[in-house]
Formats: sequence, structure tokens, C-alpha cells
Amino acid sequence: MEFLTRRKSLLVAASAALALSLSACGGSTSTTSNPPVAEKPSFAADTTMAKLSSAGKIVIGTKFDQPLFGQKGLDGKPVGFDVEMGKLIAGKLGIPADKIEWKETVSANREQFIKNGDVDIIVATYTINDKRKTEVDFAGPYYEAGQALMVNKDNTSITKPEDVKGKNVCSVTGSTPAATIVEKYGAVLVPAATYSACLEPLRNKQVEAITTDNVILAGFVAKEPEAFKLASDQTFTKEPYGIGLKKNDTAFRMWINDQLEAFAKDGSYKKAWEATAGTVIKTAPELPAINRY
Amino acid sequence: MDVIIENLPAYVDGFLRTLFLSVVSGIIALIFGTLLAAARVSPIAALRGFSMTYVEIVRNTPLTIAFFFAAVVLPRLGVTFQQFEVAAIIALSAYTSAFIAEAVRSGVNSVPVGQAEAARSIGMKFSQVLSLIILPQALRTVIPPMINILIALVKNSSVAGAFYVLELFGYGRQLANANGDAVLWVLVGVAFFYLLITVPLGYVATLVERKVAISR
Repeated sequence: MEFLTRRKSLLVAASAALALSLSACGGSTSTTSNPPVAEKPSFAADTTMAKLSSAGKIVIGTKFDQPLFGQKGLDGKPVGFDVEMGKLIAGKLGIPADKIEWKETVSANREQFIKNGDVDIIVATYTINDKRKTEVDFAGPYYEAGQALMVNKDNTSITKPEDVKGKNVCSVTGSTPAATIVEKYGAVLVPAATYSACLEPLRNKQVEAITTDNVILAGFVAKEPEAFKLASDQTFTKEPYGIGLKKNDTAFRMWINDQLEAFAKDGSYKKAWEATAGTVIKTAPELPAINRY
Repeated sequence: MDVIIENLPAYVDGFLRTLFLSVVSGIIALIFGTLLAAARVSPIAALRGFSMTYVEIVRNTPLTIAFFFAAVVLPRLGVTFQQFEVAAIIALSAYTSAFIAEAVRSGVNSVPVGQAEAARSIGMKFSQVLSLIILPQALRTVIPPMINILIALVKNSSVAGAFYVLELFGYGRQLANANGDAVLWVLVGVAFFYLLITVPLGYVATLVERKVAISR
């Protein structure tokens, strides 16, 4: 009798746990937002917008391993600020979020994917520069990343790049941020093969800070907010992120530029930020001045 | 070729650091390795046990793990250092001394046992037998394998480049990142500076061997 009751109570506990975990699942899927979808938007014939809109689907390239910007979760759907930007744009074309095909693009294959037509647009922490502009076109920038410093949570002595003079700072061998922190700010470089290899020396206080683009650092902070923090929200170099698309598709590029400005005006840009990267980088960015070249 | 000439200061800096790591670790390893070998043949069981355990564990562990231990785990245990060269020297000398110990032991084994017995019979203590009779002969016979170990040490020091020390290999990676169009020449330059240490080492080995060789 007693055995039975215990068994029954176990059953109750198990089903309660199951219910809890189920509801937890439900919770996590609901955080991927579904921005408003335009009803039957109209575009001039023969434009990329009209084509995509009437097809009812779009292929967007993004990173799957860049926390807070584009990261593929266990449910197979990428999340992050880049992803939100992609959804907003698709929405304006009348394409709901579930009709977007996400394709992983890494730094080395982005130009080629656009040229091949493997993707319609790329939103993937994609820095606009002149060399890339000879291959593809860029709408935006929609965000300006930049070099920043990450320190231990309890560190209060470093808030700006000038504070690292003569101190050990970890960065990747041969990277631009490594050169900047040494040449411009007089830090002592501790070279590592990857940025994640810098984490242990920082934890052990053998280096005072790690430096690279703020978005990469913010990803580390997001993973271990109890151990690390950004020294400041301010960045000290400029890496404008653009939306990559096929070269010479000026109508599409200008249209995306218009949409970005509209997102900034109606608050969806800020909302997308706060739901993603804004959880770590507190200062919400202003939309940078669009470069309508 | 231009890439080597333009970055000569970087190469020289890396070369000097590689040389420094190799020389310091080499000296420590020679001393510690010989002590380990002496412990291995000593009459005290605890010393023999320690030496054997150390040699078997360390020589069968990948060098990268030794580096990881010195550069990452030791600081976790409270042994911190601001210079990662210290970690590199700890890892390299700990690793190399295991091999030195085995080389010296093989030299000790090559000394006819009758010599030790003769030394004992005229009243020498174990320490005297070892330092006056056995080791001088043993070390002379193991010059070639010892130099091989030291050459390996020089090349092994490149692992430090992956553990926060900017030596030849570290600079090589840095230059390769910056000069994507001339990676081949960057690596040729790195190889050249390694050869600058290892080839003379081999030459010195032949010289020393000729000088001190004993014929039995």
C-alpha cells in the first residue's frame, strides 16, 4: 500500500517535470520573433523585390556560430540580431519568417555565395570594405561594430583602451585588433591561436583583457556573464556591417536602405537589438548613416 | 623572398626567443634527466619508483598536454606567472628530461658491471661509484642520442607558439596571416632559422663525440 502511494507520487512528480520541461520548450520557441508581414506589397515589375515577393520565399545567408548575431540553436533555427534584420526585410517583401531559408555563410564563402546566386541576401556580421565592394554590393550599414576590450567581471581598472598601456592583453596572432592595441595603445600582446584560447589566461589573471570586435566579445560575455564583462560599450575602431547582395542590383539595394531607415523610425530596429545583442551590449545603437553609393 | 628580408627583425626576434627557450630548457633537462637516471639505478627503491613513474608518464604524454598543463592548469592551481616563457620552459624541460633520463640509463647499462663491482670492492660509496666511475663513461657513450633529443627539443619548442609565446613559429603564423600571398616564403624563412640552430648542433655532436669517445 505504502509502496503504491510512493509510486503514485513519483508518477505525479514525473508528469509535473515533463509538463514543466514542455512548457520550457514552448517558452524558448516563442522568443524567436515573427515580425509583421506586409499584405500583398506591390513592386515595380522585373525588380528583385517583385520576384522574391511573388515567389513567397527568400534565401538568407547568415552565420550559425556568432552568438547574439547569428547562431543556430538546438531547434535548428538561427537567432540573433542579423537574423532579426533578415526577418524584418523578408516581412516587408510579404514573406513570413517560416518561409525564409537560412543558409550558413562563413567569412570565406560569402562573396562566392552571392555571385553564384546561392543566397538572395547575406546578413552575417559582414564588414563593408572596398575590396569586397568590387565583388558584391552592400546595403546599409545597419550596425557599426568596432574593437572593444573584455575583462574579468571584478575588474574596474580598465574602462578605455588607454588603460591597457604596458599591460598584458590577449588577441589572435596577426589580427588587426592585435596590431591596433599594441601600436596605438602600447599594450603587451599575448598572442593566441583563437579568441577562445584567450579565455583561460584572462580567467587566471595572466592577461588583463582580451581585445577584438565587440560583437565577438559580447558572445563570450553572453556565455559566461558571471565571469566576464565588456570594459565599456564604447568601441575604438569602426567595422560597418552591411547587407550583401548581387552587384549592380541598385534598385534592390536602395529599397533595402529605405527599409532600414523605416525600421529605425518605427522602433523595430531598436526592438530587434534589445531582444538579441542588447542583452549584453546595453547601449542600443543608432542606425548608422546609410551609405547610398 | 622579399617577405623574409622585409620582416627580418621579426624573424630575428623569434629566433632569439626560440634559442632562449631551447638553451634554458636544454640545460635544465640535462641536469634533471641525469638526476632521474641516477635515481633509476640507485639502491633506494622509492627513488627508483619515482624515476620510473615520472619517465613513463611524461614520455608517453603528448607535449601539447604538457604545455596545456603548464600554461593553463598550473595557473588554475595558483601557480601564476606573467611571462608565458616560464610555462614553456617548464613544459619543455619536464618533457625532455624524461628522454634524457632514458638515454643516460642506456649509457649506464653499457658500462660493464664489473667496473661498479671493482669500485665497490675498494670501498667507494654508491655516490662515488656513480659520479666517478659510471656516469663519466655513460655520458660519453650517449652523446649521439643526447644530441638527437636536443635537436628534437629545438623543434618541439615550436609548440610554445600555440601557447602564448611569440617565438619563431608564432611569428611565422603572424607573418602568414599578414602575407597571404607569400606563405611559402614565410615558412621557408622559419625553416631556415630552425636549421640555423639544429644543423650546428649536429656538427657539434660529431666534434664532441670524436673528442670524448671511448673505445671499449
